[in-house]
Amino acid sequence: MERVEIESKLVDLLVEELGIERDNITMSAKFEEDLEVDSLGVVELLMALEDNFDVKIPDDEAEGITTVGEAVDIVSTKING
Amino acid sequence: MSRVALVTGGSRGIGRAIAVELARTGHRVAINYARRPDAAEATAGLVTEAGGTAITIQADVGDDDDVAAMVETVITELGPVEVLVNNAGITRDGLLLRMSSADWDDVMSTNLRSLYLCSKSVLRAMVRARWGRIISIGSVSGIAGNPGQTNYAATKAGVIGFTKSLAKEVGSRGITVNAVAPGFVETELTAELGEETAAAAVNSIALGRLGRPAEVASLVGYLASDAAAYITGQAIVVDGGLAL
Repeated sequence: MERVEIESKLVDLLVEELGIERDNITMSAKFEEDLEVDSLGVVELLMALEDNFDVKIPDDEAEGITTVGEAVDIVSTKING
Repeated sequence: MSRVALVTGGSRGIGRAIAVELARTGHRVAINYARRPDAAEATAGLVTEAGGTAITIQADVGDDDDVAAMVETVITELGPVEVLVNNAGITRDGLLLRMSSADWDDVMSTNLRSLYLCSKSVLRAMVRARWGRIISIGSVSGIAGNPGQTNYAATKAGVIGFTKSLAKEVGSRGITVNAVAPGFVETELTAELGEETAAAAVNSIALGRLGRPAEVASLVGYLASDAAAYITGQAIVVDGGLAL
């Protein structure tokens, strides 16, 4: 899957699942600081990513995700190896 | 609106009364049981009589695979669990000096590990739905202590800590988490105490009698309702004024 495709899907999920303003989402935006997503929100996003992309993101890898771009990275790595 | 409720240990005693109460208040009820299919079926019969829908599911609530399969079955047959009642509990009473590791571990598994497993399994759907109720049955033993019940009381005190912590974790998602702590209630569990102990217990109860399962179930029914939306992280004692 192309990276741009993953980006676009992930942005959709952030808008639909977490109610974030589309205009505020950039790849460098930090979930907790910039997008005001709480820690449970990050877990929700991870669950949504796992469901939508059919991947498994282990807890130790999930802990490293702080920005939107890093979430795209991990999904991209899981899908494309 | 007909919500889906899962009652663990719902075949007998307080669990049975809760299953019936939730049916009466319009829920579709999944009744979990460990060893007594006949008792679970009898409870399902009472639920049907109350005008509700019930299914029965055998599962060891302390076992990962059993709990996963149980929740999967509820989702398939009734839908995602919206109300979870962690009621399953056992006692293996004995003075600590004589208590075996097995008696300690069995009680931990059924009474406390089950909260971790069952709550975790239903929480995802609740978070997504932005609505949920998790109600766990504690005990006055977990608050006041009771000789011969170090294992049981430890789990029931654990229920309260679990409840308060999870309430803080998921409150922002419209999910309430509460505990109900009964005192002496007329069930098979308390019948094992014997008449002398029961009579002594009654003497220390302000209302001068044992409780009835329905008197615990009515509170659970209330906590499961929309009316209780602003109550979370509480351990509410239903003991006739025993632990005063």
